[in-house]
Amino acid sequence: MSSVATPPPAPSKSWTVKVREKGVEALPPDRLLPDGQPTYVASWIYVFGVASIASLIVIIGSGCVLSLKGPAWWHFTSIGHFFNSIHMWSVELFFFVMVVHLWGKYWMAAWRGGRGRVWVTGAVTFLVAVPAALTGYVSQQNFDAQWISTQAKDGLNSVGVGAFFNVTNFGQMYSFHILLLPIAVVALVSAHVLLVRRNGVVPPFELEQKLAPAPAAGPPGGDGSAQASTGAQS
Amino acid sequence: MGSVMGAVFNLNHPAHTVDWNFVHLSVANVVVIVLMLIVFLLAILLPFPGAANRRGGAS
Repeated sequence: MSSVATPPPAPSKSWTVKVREKGVEALPPDRLLPDGQPTYVASWIYVFGVASIASLIVIIGSGCVLSLKGPAWWHFTSIGHFFNSIHMWSVELFFFVMVVHLWGKYWMAAWRGGRGRVWVTGAVTFLVAVPAALTGYVSQQNFDAQWISTQAKDGLNSVGVGAFFNVTNFGQMYSFHILLLPIAVVALVSAHVLLVRRNGVVPPFELEQKLAPAPAAGPPGGDGSAQASTGAQS
Repeated sequence: MGSVMGAVFNLNHPAHTVDWNFVHLSVANVVVIVLMLIVFLLAILLPFPGAANRRGGAS
């Protein structure tokens, strides 16, 4: 066996390599998929973020089944009623746990330590989820949908958006509900989770004060406590 | 069968509402808001299973 050292390859100019290098630099694998979480994450208040994601998965799964089968199925068959109810109640649960998550993060000022984008993506997700739900309620194809849409149109017309967001137009509302707004919600949630991975979960106020005299080294959120891994859920 | 599968509560009437100045909420929505507040407080107050061990025995 000869041990001839091969020269290092020249740096690639490929865009895929540049994207990969930027991606790994921004979010190294051990930060993207960590072994555990800081000890302070072992609290029920930190459960509601992942509960929101779990609800969203059920929403999307049940919504895919409903979109495959259509309104006659979800209105006139027992199994259709079942999936219709799963879809509706998972939305209720999604908003319930998302609001508790929002309250928790608001009162712990989760935008601290350079986490402004984490907070903003979460807040915008909530704002986008509201029309995502509204377009679902007006896409039911029943009297309830008619009532909601005729009530909503007055409010939307009063602020001048009725011309391009017409809640009495089933086709438009259904497109918004099953394509445009779900894509926006999933994209925002993905960005939100990646930013949490990049910045780390916000530490409690007391811990941040204890760490304050330490020199500012490392990325935001890379405090010493974050290294005390527990394996707890985020 | 229809009576068996019917709602537990009689829903065949206009919604009950809570009115306070310009605030106009259905009782159903008030119930959900109160439940969220209760869950929020419980999430803060209740100990997380195994949290003391993870913090090195300190509760």
